[in-house]
Amino acid sequence: MELLFQQILAGISTGAIYACMALAVVMIYQAIDHLNFAQGEMAMFSTFIAWQLIEKGVPYWLAFLITVVVSFIGGVAIERIVFKPIEHAPVLSHVVIFIALYSVINSMAGFIWDFTVKSFPSPFGSSPLFGSTLISSHQGGMVAVTLGLLLLLYLFFSYTSVGLAMRAAAANPASARLVGIRVSWMTALGWGMAAAIGSIAGMLIAPVVFLEPNMMISILLYGFAGAVLGGLTSPGGAVLGGFAVGVIENLAGTYIPVIGAELKLPIALVVIVVVLVFKPAGLFGRVVVSRV
Amino acid sequence: MTKLLEVKGLTAGYGQVRVLHGLDFSLDEGGVTTLLGANGAGKTTTLRAICGMVKAGGEILFEGKNILGKSTEDVARLGVAHIPEGRGTFTRMTTEENLLLGAISRKDQKNVQKDIDKMYDHFPRLKQRRLQQAGTLSGGEQQMLAIARALMLRPRLMLLDEPSFGLAPLVVKEMFEILTALNKEENASMLIVEQNAALALGIADDAYLLETGSIVMSGPAKQIGADENVRRSYLGY
Repeated sequence: MELLFQQILAGISTGAIYACMALAVVMIYQAIDHLNFAQGEMAMFSTFIAWQLIEKGVPYWLAFLITVVVSFIGGVAIERIVFKPIEHAPVLSHVVIFIALYSVINSMAGFIWDFTVKSFPSPFGSSPLFGSTLISSHQGGMVAVTLGLLLLLYLFFSYTSVGLAMRAAAANPASARLVGIRVSWMTALGWGMAAAIGSIAGMLIAPVVFLEPNMMISILLYGFAGAVLGGLTSPGGAVLGGFAVGVIENLAGTYIPVIGAELKLPIALVVIVVVLVFKPAGLFGRVVVSRV
Repeated sequence: MTKLLEVKGLTAGYGQVRVLHGLDFSLDEGGVTTLLGANGAGKTTTLRAICGMVKAGGEILFEGKNILGKSTEDVARLGVAHIPEGRGTFTRMTTEENLLLGAISRKDQKNVQKDIDKMYDHFPRLKQRRLQQAGTLSGGEQQMLAIARALMLRPRLMLLDEPSFGLAPLVVKEMFEILTALNKEENASMLIVEQNAALALGIADDAYLLETGSIVMSGPAKQIGADENVRRSYLGY
């Protein structure tokens, strides 16, 4: 029982990483109705910017703030420069560009900052939390930041007219234009917000996994798994899904003897497949009902 | 009376295919004009051209200014509320959110709640369905919602594309009564595209008859409706 409890706690602390990423994934999905495969790389690149600022002697929180703002602008710029010209192109063209962005950003980071592993500071320290060595104060802080972000997003989408306009633009662009919403700017705003949230995720994840250009590859996969599990239309579900994937991964690693470190990653894929088969909208996603 | 909308030599098409071959028509402030015609005559395309949803040529004067070539969202912001074919409901959102969206580009946001209450007075059924996902409303309710959403813009001009489409005769009758009342009480100007000519002629001041992208006849609605030949050859009743 003690072991089970400890493993769940450890699962929650890794889950916090996935939850953070899942939130960024859902954010972009809300804005553009696609999954952005380059999301992890964008977050990684942002984290490098923060690292560079901190190396130059900028205080942590100032670097944090600058990074979030720069990432927001970068996200908007990517939408304007790369995606605006192909807004009427079929989905596959978008997918190709996502993959291109993925490798471009990855190599650019490698080119600028090389591939050696760097350590990244945590604002929350790394002392044990609640006297347990399984969850550190950093991971506790991460859970808190993720939940805080979630609350902010919820308030933004539910109670502001920009949030409502963004949802409308994503769900039904043609009708959104007819009520006067500038759809293409809403999409750009969605990109900016997703990039900003991704940068926060990256900066929180980097102290745990260390900073290098490939740090996000498996994390993005877990983030997708969390988002799919919780439901791509539900930010709250995605966060919960992220935590759940962390816990599932840990428990499977502990209790199913065959699954060691090597087989941990496929668990994310298994989760995605199982959820898509049995509950395509995710556990908390809104099932879209429509009359035909 | 001043002209609210004046269309001159309007052409439009999709890719290489030209659908409209130079239309001229107009709409008075507070008036109701209807465009009649069979499937494929170009009725929907005409509305889409006014809203900048298709590439068009000619001149579209709205309150004296040419709006041809403006983006759809800019035309909406000028106060043109288009209720498209298929009603344009935001199906995943609630009834109330749909109404809020109708008013989203308005500058006077403080009056929006008052207008929503007014819509609930006009359409009590929508009030019962306030928090229901709009996609689950019945066809008639969705059409009511579409009209209410358009009114939330406090439009200078409403464009209605086949408001009777897919609705039961009784519901259609109710809807045209509502439209007539809106025109009388709120002085709402409307351009209505309809296949159901009898209904549309009943509410309209002026009517234009469209055939394969050209206007073949125009005049006061009463006169068009009374013309035996027109009725037999074009309107089919």
